[in-house]
Parts: sequence; structure tokens; C-alpha cells
Amino acid sequence: MAHSLSTPSFPEEVLEHVFSFLSSDKDRNAVSVVCKSWYEIERCCRRRIFIGNCYAVSPRTVIQRFQDVRSVELKGKPHFADFNLVPEGWGGYVHPWIAAMAAAYPWLEEIRLKRMVVTDESLELISKSFKNFKVLVLSTCEGFSTDGLAAIAANCRNLRELDLRESEVEDLSGHWLSHFPETCTSLVSLNIACLGSEVSFSALERLVARSPNLRTLRLNRAVPLEKLPILLHRAPHLVELGTGAYSAESRPDVFSNLAEAFSACKQLKGLSGFWDLVPAYLPAVYSVCSKLTSLNLSYATIQSPDLVKLICQCHSLQRLWVLDYIEDAGLEILARSCKDLQELRVFPSDPYGAEENVPLTERGLVAVSEGCPKLHSVLYFCRRMSNAALVAIARSCPNFICFRLCIIEPRTPDYLTLEPFDTGFGAIVERCKELRRLSLSGLLTDRVFGYIGQHGKKLEMLSVAFAGDSDLGLHHVLSGCESLRKLEIRDCPFGDKPLLANAAKLETMRSLWMSSCSVSFGACKLLAQKLPRLNVEVMDERGPPDSRPESCPVEKLYIYRTVAGPRFDMPDFVWKMEEGAGLRYS
Amino acid sequence: MSTPLLGVGEEEGQSNVSLLTSSSSLDSSRQNGSVFKERNYMGLSECSSVDSSTISNISDGSNGSCLNLKATELRLGLPGSQSPERDSELCLVSSTKLDEKPLFPLHPLKDGNCSNLQRTITSGNKRGFSDAMDGFSEGKFSEVNVMLSPRPSLNSSMKSVSAKETTGTQAAKLKEVVPQSTVQERPRTVNESVSNRVGATSNNTGAPAPKAQVVGWPPVKSFRKNSLASTSKVAEEVDGKSGPGALFVKVSMDGAPYLRKVDLRTYSTYQDLSSALEKMFSCFTIGQCGSHGVEGKEVLSESKLKDLLHGSEYVLTYEDKDGDWMLVGDVPWEMFIDTCKRLRIMKSSDAIGLAPRAVEKNRSRN
Repeated sequence: MAHSLSTPSFPEEVLEHVFSFLSSDKDRNAVSVVCKSWYEIERCCRRRIFIGNCYAVSPRTVIQRFQDVRSVELKGKPHFADFNLVPEGWGGYVHPWIAAMAAAYPWLEEIRLKRMVVTDESLELISKSFKNFKVLVLSTCEGFSTDGLAAIAANCRNLRELDLRESEVEDLSGHWLSHFPETCTSLVSLNIACLGSEVSFSALERLVARSPNLRTLRLNRAVPLEKLPILLHRAPHLVELGTGAYSAESRPDVFSNLAEAFSACKQLKGLSGFWDLVPAYLPAVYSVCSKLTSLNLSYATIQSPDLVKLICQCHSLQRLWVLDYIEDAGLEILARSCKDLQELRVFPSDPYGAEENVPLTERGLVAVSEGCPKLHSVLYFCRRMSNAALVAIARSCPNFICFRLCIIEPRTPDYLTLEPFDTGFGAIVERCKELRRLSLSGLLTDRVFGYIGQHGKKLEMLSVAFAGDSDLGLHHVLSGCESLRKLEIRDCPFGDKPLLANAAKLETMRSLWMSSCSVSFGACKLLAQKLPRLNVEVMDERGPPDSRPESCPVEKLYIYRTVAGPRFDMPDFVWKMEEGAGLRYS
Repeated sequence: MSTPLLGVGEEEGQSNVSLLTSSSSLDSSRQNGSVFKERNYMGLSECSSVDSSTISNISDGSNGSCLNLKATELRLGLPGSQSPERDSELCLVSSTKLDEKPLFPLHPLKDGNCSNLQRTITSGNKRGFSDAMDGFSEGKFSEVNVMLSPRPSLNSSMKSVSAKETTGTQAAKLKEVVPQSTVQERPRTVNESVSNRVGATSNNTGAPAPKAQVVGWPPVKSFRKNSLASTSKVAEEVDGKSGPGALFVKVSMDGAPYLRKVDLRTYSTYQDLSSALEKMFSCFTIGQCGSHGVEGKEVLSESKLKDLLHGSEYVLTYEDKDGDWMLVGDVPWEMFIDTCKRLRIMKSSDAIGLAPRAVEKNRSRN
């Protein structure tokens, strides 16, 4: 059909209405590059933005393009910061963003942050700047205290969600919770599980009592089990509950109160918490088991028989997080009982021990993959594995989206054949065509990377440690994985050549992390020169890299694409390679 | 982080103690064949009933592989009694501590013996002993594990610990542990792992670098590490807790008109506790036993022992997390405060079946 190219086919309002149905960023981004008018329309009506790397773009650029944003999600530090590989003070400060948005987005409703440094000042600014503020999610953040939380509680009249998942909060007192005014009745979700100190229980109870829409409540460890029934009675419509410490003196009345309270929660679908779990009290939750879809027992340090007694009643379970105390035997029972299982995470009870402390091996994972056809996401820590098992797993579960295997001892070979796991992981990437996230472990040669480059066409995130033989490994990945966005590598013998050869690839990815590899300082400088739209950051706590020969490998390297140019908030052990100018200090 | 390092020293001292105790019992039973080496000031636990079977194992088991297990040793017997020398005992323990319950006073060498031991224990009058032991090990780490896993924050507050601090601590502690072969205490470790690892001083996968040095591996989030590490500490909330640092438990005494509460964290040994309780309940006679323990190698004569047991009207017991009533003094102090929910000073006439029987058994054996 012929159209005049200068006039749009539809009036703007219609297009805007059509675009309002597009929620995914990808779709919106695609729409915005169709033509200039679509770009203009789209940018006016985009309400939700996601920025996977807070240094990829500046707040000002975002604000200039999108004028009326209601929801912002930002991520800061590299993923390996979770494992203490990123030194303190690296960056990820949210305040510049808050300050800019306070001025530009008075109607901002939602802020979601991950791995960022948030200060009390920022929290206070949030609480005072956005009149309709509703959702604050701080995931693995740090830098703030309960004073900042008090400001949020006190000033955000319509707060719906306050979720502090796994953040590090300076616990000055538990009184912050009392700052929620009596008029605040809008809470839907409250997650304070990461807080160490006790919050005032009476304030908590009153808050819960006046929040008729409360559906998610995750308590912290300090909330005693005896008091849990009180809260449950106030919130019988809870859908997700995180208990506090799950132990108490043996008293029959405590148990019966608890059991009764749980049985009144007819809509409970998810349970978590269970710190200090005492098996004697576990049967109190049996009444809700059949409806549970999500169960997080990863802090429950109880043994397999008790775990199994609970799990085998959860026939609707879709997600299970558990410690390796469940043992192979327990996983076999899981495989028989929970046919709807989609996600399994098995965490190590003793990650730093020298030897196997529980009988949890590849057998458990094989059993679950064979028994649970819907399994698509796995995180599994174990101490031994075999290629045969991985091949069997791949065959049973071709639908994996996320496969993360951590064989605890680095460079462990196949325990049956003593070979590397190239074949096993190769089978995974070959069979699982939809695989988006993969973490490797065990003994691995360059061959596995060949398989990954060849088959991992949808792979978006790859984590590699103690693997590979030569530059070829990295080259396979960079040249083969078309969808790769995040690549994180540690302790691998990868050097300059594959980086320089695939330099352009780096601009198509969000970020690349390499630590304890063999990338030289000279190569870093070269990369920075060649690719001005990359920030090449070298982290070296030994001192300025130019105090050593150029061929000297750097400790840590973090490369990310950006349109924001160099950042200015780097600490003194981070150097940015600037094109032409050599080294630049913060 | 001084606290974990202190913990190391503490355990070292206490494990030294226990080793010596067991060895001196070994000596004494061989020498004069009639004396039961005190294992705890409370009198004898039923564990002593298996002394005979295991003592010989220990002596046979000395294989001279002297591993430096200071940091990871668990007390074998009476914590609180001091002993300086422990070299040979270290060797004994080193090869035996593999995958049987190191909490248990006497270590059999082989796995088979271990399971015998377990069975023997469960046949004792402590109901579900292995359950109780499992209660120690099931979720909490032994001191060993606690030493291994970084514990940046020992109070319940999730104070952030700088990465450097954490890794430094971790590296420091793990470095100490490197020479040892294993530190697991779970009793049900599969047999196959035993044979590979007996006496091994290096890991059995032949990984080039000592894994203790690796920062950020395995990839477990700090939050999780901290939570699990502090799970090994007792749940303070059970007894009307008063904040992260204190651990108050009720103390009842048979015949006393009211109960008291003590903060277990203010003591570091059984002796401390017993002295404090003695002061609180003045007719309490446990303190005497403790002071004997301090003499270390001194042979405890039968008559003295009789005095302790029969002269003392009372026996100190505690309720553990599983609800079982246990004799105080069997397990390492750290383990004890992890699991102790309340204390009860029991009339020894009620405690029939515990100490007295053990003494008789010992007497008949020796």
C-alpha cells in the first residue's frame, strides 16, 4: 500500500494508545526507532524505564528524552560485587539520579534499585519529592540506615511497597516502623527480612492491622515465632509470608496457635524465612502446603527427613530454594512429589568446607530434571558432577532458561572419568535452545567455549570461573554468542587478543567483567582508544597501572558501553582508560 | 575481626583440653585400670559407657600424622579443664575427626566404628542422642565450619562488613584451616568420601591452589553467608531475649521457690557457668567438680569421684533444642550454648540412670 511518507498513518493519539499496550522495553525501543514521529510519540508516553547500568547513560539524558516517567529501575555494581570482588567505594551512587528526578519527575511512583549505594539523604529526598510515591525496592543495596527508612515511612502517604531484599542496612533502631502514620493504610508489600534488629512489634502489628491490602509480608529474624499468629490473624489474606525466626520453646499452645493461624490464611502461596528452624514447629504450616507455589527454605538448617516431610505435601510447588541438607534422597522425593516445579536452587550449607558434608551430588539434580518436566531454572551447588549426568539433564530438560551449576572446588573434573566437563555443558547449550543464562564450573577447556559460541545463540549472560586454556576460549564466546549482554569472567587464562579482535562486540553488550585474567594494561588503553563509547575501567589496588609495564596484566577489568562518557565518581583504585589521554584519575 | 580469631584460640584451648583429657584417661585406664578420667565435672555422661570400646581405638589409631588442627578441633570432653600438651593427641584426633561427630567425646577411627558409636549412643538413655547430635550439626556449623565460613557479623545486626575485611578474615581463617583434611561433623557422611580422605592433608581433587585463598568463591552472597553463619549461634529470641549479644536462659532448681535467668554469653567455660550458678543457688555443689578439672592430668581417684557424685545432691542438666534433657558438660561449650534452651539443676536422685550407672560401668571395666 502506498502511503505518503511525510504524514503519519494514524493520528498521534491513536498511536499513543496503541503504544500504551507495549510494556516490554524491547518493544518500546523497537517502536521508537521506526521513524522520527514514532520516536517522539513513544518518548512522550513511556512511563517505565529500565537502566541496566546506571553509568551507561546520564540522568540528564534520560530526563531530556522521557518527560513523564512514573517508574524507574536502575542497576549499579557489577554482579560479582555480590561475591566481594568489587572493592568498597567502587561506585553505583544513586543520589545524582534522585536529585535529577526530584526536579523532573514529580509524579514518579516507583523506584527499583539493585546493587546501588543509597544514602539516607537520598531516601529523604525521595520521600519528600514525589507526592504519589508508591513503590521502593532496594535489592542488595547499601549505604543507608533505618533513619532513611523512617523518612520514607513518615512521608510517603500512599506507600504500597517497601522491599529491602538483602540490602545492608545500618540498623540504628527498630523505631523507624513507628513512623508510618496511622493514616497510612495502603501497604501491599513489606519486606524487612534483611534487618537485624528488632522492630517494635506493636507498631508492626498496628501497621499490619490497618493495611487491608497487605499481600506480602516478609519479617525479619527478630520477630519471634510466638507472635507470628498475631500478625497472621491481622492479615489472613496474605499471599506471601516470610517468617521470622522459626523456633520457640517447646510449648503446645504456641504450636496450636501457629497451626490455627496458618490454617486461616487461605490464600498463602509463598513461604520464606524459617531462620533457626526447629522441626517440631514445621507441621504448623502443613495446612497451607497444598497451595504453596513458592517455598524458600534456604535458611532452614534442618535435615533431609524433616525437609522432605514438608516438601512432599507441596504438590503445587513451582519454586523451591533449599539448602543441600535436602540431600540426593530428598531431591528424589521432590522429583516425585512436585511435578509443577519450575525453579530449583540448592545452596551449600558449608561452602568453605574441604569435604562433602552432605550426600548431595549430581544424582539429586538428575532426579529432579527427570521428574519435573517444567523445570527451567536451576542454581545448584554440589561437590561432584559427571558429564553423563549433565548430558542426562540436558536430555530431560531441553527447556532450560537459566542453568547455573557451581561445583564447589574449582577445576574439579568429572568424578567418573576425570575428564573436563566440556561435553556435559556442551550438551546443555546444544539441547537447551532457549538458554539465556549459564554459569560454568568444574574443569573446562577451550572446547566448552567452542560449544557455547556455536550453540548459545540466545545466551544473554555467561559466568565463567577457573576455566579455559587459552585466548581461544574467550574468542569463541565473543564471536559466537549473538545475544550476549553480560559476560563475567574470573581466574581464566584469557588475554588481550580475543578482546582486541572482538572489540566491536563489546559495544553490543551491557558489560564485561574480567578479574585475575591476563589482560594487559596496554590492551586496555588500546580498547579505550578504539572504542570511545566504551568505558574501560581498570581496578588495581596495587597502584597506578602506569607504574608497571604495559604488558603487566591488570587485576580487574570492567568494560561497559555508555553514552554518558567517563564517570567522575571513581575511587582511587579505579582508572579509566581515556582515548588518547592515557590515564585519568578520578 | 577479632572475634572469630578469638574463637579460634578459644577452641584451641578447649580442644587441647579435651584431647589431653582423653589421653590421660587412656593412660590412667591402662595404668591403674580402675579410674575413670573425669570427662566432665558433672559426673559421668553416658558417653563414658563407650569409653572402653573406643579408648583402645584411639590408642591404636595413632598414626603419627600430625596435622595442625588447632583451629578446627572440637572438644572431646570436658571443656574448661586446661592442658598444655597435645601433640600426640592432635595426631590421634586428626585422622579420626573425619566425618564422624567430632563433638562426641571419643573418636573412633573408622567409619564403621563411628556408626557403632552412634548406635551405642542411641541405645543410651539420652533419647535420640544422634538426633541431638544432629541437632548440633544439622544446621549449625561446628566450630570448625564457623571458623571456615566468614562471620563478619556475630550479632544479628546486618552491619555491612567491608569486602576487604570479609575476605581478609576469610582468607586468614581459611589459611589456618588449609592443612587440615576435613572439618565436617555431620555423622552421616557417605563412606566413600572417608576412604578418599583419611589423613589427607590436601584436597582430593588436586586443585592447584589451596582453595582457602580464593576470594569470592564459591559464589555465595554475603547476605546468605552471614545468615547461615549466625544460624550457628543460638537463637536468642527463644527466651525473652534481650538483644543480639545476650543469651538468657531460665535456670530452675528442684525445690527452689523461683527460677533465675543467666546470660550464657557471659561465660566462656563450663567452670564459669557452674561457679556462677553455685553463687546463685548456694547449695549448688558443682563448682567443686570444675576445679578438679583444672588440674588437668591429675588422676581423679575413685574416692574423689564418689565424693563428686554422691556427695553432690544435684546434677546440672539442660534442655536442648529438640526438647531433650541432657547432662551438662558433654559437648564443647560453643555447641552447648547453641543448643541450650534452659537449665535445670536436678536432684541427683532424679538423675538416676545418668552418672551413677556410668560410674559403675567404668568401675567394672577397669
